[in-house]
Amino acid sequence: MTHRDGTQSHHRGAKTGVRRAARSRRYLAPMIRHVLLVAVAIAFLVPFYWMAISALKDNSQIFARPMQWWPNPVRWDNVLRALHYPGFPFLRFLWNSIFYAGCVSLGTVLSCAAVGYGFARLHFPGRDLLFAITVSTMLIPGIVIFIPTFVLFKYLGLLGTYAPLIVPAFLGNAFFIFLLRQFFLGVPQELSDAARVDGAGEWRIFWQIMLPLVRPALTVAAILSFIWTWHEFFGPLIYLSDRSQYPLSLGLFAFRAQHTTEWNLLMAASTLATLPLVIIFFCMQRSFLEGMTLTGIKGS
Amino acid sequence: MAVTRAQQARRGGTRRREARSGLLFVLPWLLSLLLFTTYPVLTTLYLSLTDYNIIQPPRWIGLQNYRTMFTADPAFWTSVGNSAYYALLAVPLGLAGALGLALLLNTRAQGMGVYRTIIALPVLVPPVASTIIFIAMFDPDNGLINALLQQVGLPAVGWLTDPTWSKPALILLSLWGLGASALIFLAGLQEIPPALLDAAAIDGAGPWQRFWHVTLPLLTPVILFNLVMGVISSFHIFTQALVVGGTTGKPLESTLMFMVHIYRTAFRYFAMGQAAALAVVLFLAVLVVTLVIFRSAHIWVYYEGSRGSNQ
Repeated sequence: MTHRDGTQSHHRGAKTGVRRAARSRRYLAPMIRHVLLVAVAIAFLVPFYWMAISALKDNSQIFARPMQWWPNPVRWDNVLRALHYPGFPFLRFLWNSIFYAGCVSLGTVLSCAAVGYGFARLHFPGRDLLFAITVSTMLIPGIVIFIPTFVLFKYLGLLGTYAPLIVPAFLGNAFFIFLLRQFFLGVPQELSDAARVDGAGEWRIFWQIMLPLVRPALTVAAILSFIWTWHEFFGPLIYLSDRSQYPLSLGLFAFRAQHTTEWNLLMAASTLATLPLVIIFFCMQRSFLEGMTLTGIKGS
Repeated sequence: MAVTRAQQARRGGTRRREARSGLLFVLPWLLSLLLFTTYPVLTTLYLSLTDYNIIQPPRWIGLQNYRTMFTADPAFWTSVGNSAYYALLAVPLGLAGALGLALLLNTRAQGMGVYRTIIALPVLVPPVASTIIFIAMFDPDNGLINALLQQVGLPAVGWLTDPTWSKPALILLSLWGLGASALIFLAGLQEIPPALLDAAAIDGAGPWQRFWHVTLPLLTPVILFNLVMGVISSFHIFTQALVVGGTTGKPLESTLMFMVHIYRTAFRYFAMGQAAALAVVLFLAVLVVTLVIFRSAHIWVYYEGSRGSNQ
């Protein structure tokens, strides 16, 4: 915010009074701003705090009155118990999540880079119409797609496997095609023209010249796709049946359905489901915030 | 634009070769469009006109599923009502909150990076986990929220166990994730040329007038974007509602959202035809609402490029 009240006051009669008001406002506005920001920050952090302390509490302490603001004793063993809970192996769920999100992320980046490049830099008949269709498919609710593909995968005998969740990612995703196309459009045409004159094929131009140039965009796409897949709940819910295959989100859901009272373990498992993403976030904060402003991440 | 020598040299042969490789590059997506978009959309449309339980082949029944939905399925109206309630509150509150937060963050003062990080963090929490955290915090007997309410002399609330308070609790949960749209607003705010605001200030506009007549109009394209994204995602709320209320929408069907109703119809009752009809209705609702928003855009969205041509 810029305050030009000083110049303004020359046009008014009561110079000094306005100036004094302006001076106090100059200090007051940033102060109010900071008070509000601190309040918002606390409100946003409280659920994390609550999750962390509950994960380390004795189960009887979580809902004790008066509130216990710190776990005493600190039950570190909750974490181990959650990791190896009989029937709910959260360590296994963790590996499943890494596998699932890793595969989808890899497939999405590979396919969408190629397709995005095709849309951005190569001319072929029907290209613009095809791209318009691609963008408009983003409006189709997932459930419209899920019902027939569920039937399809059932007849292919692939229910209860990760194939329905991973294979489609290798064929592309409208959103990431759109995102990466934008980045390929920004690369100067001269670079690929020069390579073409030198006799490089389209594939080599793509692989050796263009991909390295859009690496920041590929990173953003990989992180976003990883996080979204990590959060994914609906797909695993309808496709997976054996509990040993569950990713974390589905494992958490199943655990909560059966063990409604073991809140400390539930919170330890929730922490486990959140922590890897927080670590990735802090390692790659820059690309992440960039990606978020580029696109907007939405839950569910 | 300057035409490079390479482009001039391009003849029919090279052009054909480029077209061929272009098609090769987009080939995976063409397959996906056929297999995972066109085929499912057409099949859903067809199934919505049949009676289909997966085991027996679909049986054509015309518009019967739609008739059932509107006249003989009370859960349809309950879930539409719940979803509408949720969207009508969560979207405007989310937009206003995100914009307010972005305005607070839009300053060169130190430490803003820390706040930005903090409001971005909840977006990372998997929806199942965030819902579980909220269920514990909003526990009616001994949860943190009620403890705080009572400390300031307010009555405790039943939250997720009380049909009147379960949806407000879900809305509060959605507000925890408003960091994503706040950061988009912030990016929009930082695009606004400071010269414009300075000019307005020199002309005697106060902070409120500057916001109302300069900042807000320049921000309308971003508002449009966040509005469309917010409406679409609130129409699709599923995970949080299922974790809270299961497939019956506990308490008393108050969290039975439209997506939950579709899910149980399809994958619990295996009434695929009926579920397909519900999915078509959701698709139409999303289309109509987005179309209305985009149609209304020329009234309230300000595009810098079209300033001259509008008059």
